[in-house]
Amino acid sequence: MSIDTSRRLMLKGTLAASMAGVAAAAGLLTPTAVLAAWPKAAFDDKSIGGALSSLLGSSSAANSGDVKIKAPSIAENGAIVNVVVKTKLADVESISILVEKNATPLAFSADLAKSAAGFVKTRIKIGKTSEVLGVVKAGGKLLSAKQVVKVTVGGCGG
Amino acid sequence: MRVNIALKGDEAAVRVLVKHPMETGLRKDKASGKVIPALYIQSLIIKHKGQEVVNAKCGIAVSKDPFFFFKIKGVASGDDFNFSWTDNTGKSDSKDEKVG
Repeated sequence: MSIDTSRRLMLKGTLAASMAGVAAAAGLLTPTAVLAAWPKAAFDDKSIGGALSSLLGSSSAANSGDVKIKAPSIAENGAIVNVVVKTKLADVESISILVEKNATPLAFSADLAKSAAGFVKTRIKIGKTSEVLGVVKAGGKLLSAKQVVKVTVGGCGG
Repeated sequence: MRVNIALKGDEAAVRVLVKHPMETGLRKDKASGKVIPALYIQSLIIKHKGQEVVNAKCGIAVSKDPFFFFKIKGVASGDDFNFSWTDNTGKSDSKDEKVG
């Protein structure tokens, strides 16, 4: 219910412009170019270390107070869990979100240009109670923060 | 795809909501017992004035009807943004949005 409400609020005022841009921007980006850049090996890896190594070049991300992760301590619905990862570090190259107990831990990763703040928020699926890891790559180093999310209803099954 | 850009000072709070099933390829149809094929967004790219500012990559663990929130600095009223996503079947969508 609360999710629906906030979604409605967010959408307010954006409806009018919805179609105009689609035609104009079509063809800017070919699917093959995007698919080629999608890191399949990292998303298919069954361990956090393997996924990080494949995606970011190092298998370990030191725990750091400079990285903050915000997620609910108890998720009523593991299919929709809000996660925020943020940092005030300079030169942030990417922010990634991994779920330790998911069959394939890597959920999401965003490469950020210099003009992007060290902040991402998205919604992910968590199969069962697990640590959720936020990993920031900044100045070539991997730094992380984690939080346990307790799941009462699974988000990855039927 | 729905986009909302809220400018505060020179920082834009950019929210994107895409209507997409985000099927994992792990679920079975209860009636037929057959696996529902994977169908999920793999990439979301945000451009500010033609420059790529966010290149987000998603796996199957991103929720259905995915929501993304980023903060972009150095933005002024009237600036152009472009948003585009592509899923694992090659389907894509793109949208232009002006700040203001």
